[in-house]
Amino acid sequence: MIKFDHVTKLYRPGVGLDDVNVNIDKGEFVFLVGPSGAGKSTFIKLMLKDLDPDTGDIIVGDYHVNKLSNRMVPKYRRKIGTVFQDFKLLPKKTAYENVAFAMEVLHKPGSLIRKQVPQILSLVGISDKADKYPHELAGGEQQRVAIARALVNNPQVLIADEPTGNLDPATAWGIMDLLDQINMRGTTVLMVTHAKDIVNRMDKRIIAIDRGRVIHDSKQAYEGPMGGDEE
Amino acid sequence: MISSLFYNIKQAFVQIFRNRGMSAASIFSILAMLLILGLVFIIVVNINLFTEIVKQDYDQVEVFIVDGTSEQQVQEVKAQIEAQPGVTSVEYRSQEDALKIMKERWGESGYLLDSLGDNPLPASLMISVESLDDAGSVASFAGKFDIIEDVQYYKDTVDKLTRITHFLQIAGMIIMAFLVIVSVVVVSNTIKLTVMARADEIHIMKYVGANNWFIRGPFMVEGIIIGLIASLIAGGAIALIYKQIVAAVGDQVFAIVSSPLISVQYMTVNLLIIFVALGCSIGAWGSIVSMRRYLKA
Repeated sequence: MIKFDHVTKLYRPGVGLDDVNVNIDKGEFVFLVGPSGAGKSTFIKLMLKDLDPDTGDIIVGDYHVNKLSNRMVPKYRRKIGTVFQDFKLLPKKTAYENVAFAMEVLHKPGSLIRKQVPQILSLVGISDKADKYPHELAGGEQQRVAIARALVNNPQVLIADEPTGNLDPATAWGIMDLLDQINMRGTTVLMVTHAKDIVNRMDKRIIAIDRGRVIHDSKQAYEGPMGGDEE
Repeated sequence: MISSLFYNIKQAFVQIFRNRGMSAASIFSILAMLLILGLVFIIVVNINLFTEIVKQDYDQVEVFIVDGTSEQQVQEVKAQIEAQPGVTSVEYRSQEDALKIMKERWGESGYLLDSLGDNPLPASLMISVESLDDAGSVASFAGKFDIIEDVQYYKDTVDKLTRITHFLQIAGMIIMAFLVIVSVVVVSNTIKLTVMARADEIHIMKYVGANNWFIRGPFMVEGIIIGLIASLIAGGAIALIYKQIVAAVGDQVFAIVSSPLISVQYMTVNLLIIFVALGCSIGAWGSIVSMRRYLKA
């Protein structure tokens, strides 16, 4: 599903990614961890084609990402849902409208939007908050809206970039349950995080990056440097 | 497609109103540049008209005939000149005709000429040529006849005038190009602010896979509307200004250079078309420039 084949993208030695090989199968749930500046963001940006690698190949689904023409990039990105630490909801739109927006942008017919948005809002558990604006929602609820938005166009891969970074632990676990559920419905989930307790209690594959290299890739608990809150 | 167009137009008006301070600044900068451009245009077009009229007046060569030449000799020479290439017509002007024309030209003071005993004015042939370029050869051909005592034509004057017109046209174009670039920069900076205010929205659109033209759409419509508003105001303003100019100095200009100013209606219609086209393109261009950074990938 996601394949990084000898991918190198170095800003300067030790910063970026250095000869990274990663293979993620369809339907996997993978944590991407490592200290700040280790290369996690570079990894995500390469996947989203915000950046191009210096060398190596990136394959996501049917797409040879590093060889995509600019014209094809939007089409490729529709196969990937993205969730951010700061949610990135549009403040002037309600929860429903925020999710519908992702479909409007792709010119989906109104009938389909009216059918699918309530379904996805119910999946993430905030049907009753559909008419609320982001500032009326708690952090966890906002992140659920953002997840609904990322999922509404049925992506094959969900990238969650520190989705629990701004949330208290109890709320964070709620989000983790939701991501786990989504994963069990068949969506490949790649989650970047600093939260060591979450990573080690979820029993999922953990890929750790440090100074641009993969230093750990297994379901075993990871005890190396992770940066984030505890540093 | 249609629904997304309406969506864009609605969004654009909302954005323009929300950022009314900056929108007003953009509108004013386009307006100012269109007004300057309009004035340059008015000057250039009027000078063009003046040059054309002068050229028509002066595409003639006048040859003066020695006193006492017989009618028959004149007719022979006239026929030979008429046969020259580039000559469209030759008109004989007798001494009496010449006096009459001069009296008309002097107007109210014309009676002064009545006191002249003998008519001192020579008879002449007015040779009309197809273009001023032919005037030189026609003049030297006509000058060879014994009965011709003098030749007059205005090639040098008209050439000089043409050169001045060309210079003004080029200067006008350079000024216009400069103004267009300045406006694009100003507008793109304004729209950049609204783009920055909506960076998150652009970010989201990008990551859900909206294509670049879809993302640009509302901003371009915004730019075009700003340009349109500015051009309509500029059109109205320039119409009023030009009306005043024509009312104030139109008659004097006609008296001095015997060329009318271009009509207010003609000028307004043409300037409005130019303004709208230019204003809208500046707006659209400015918005594309301002978004480049956000749509790289």
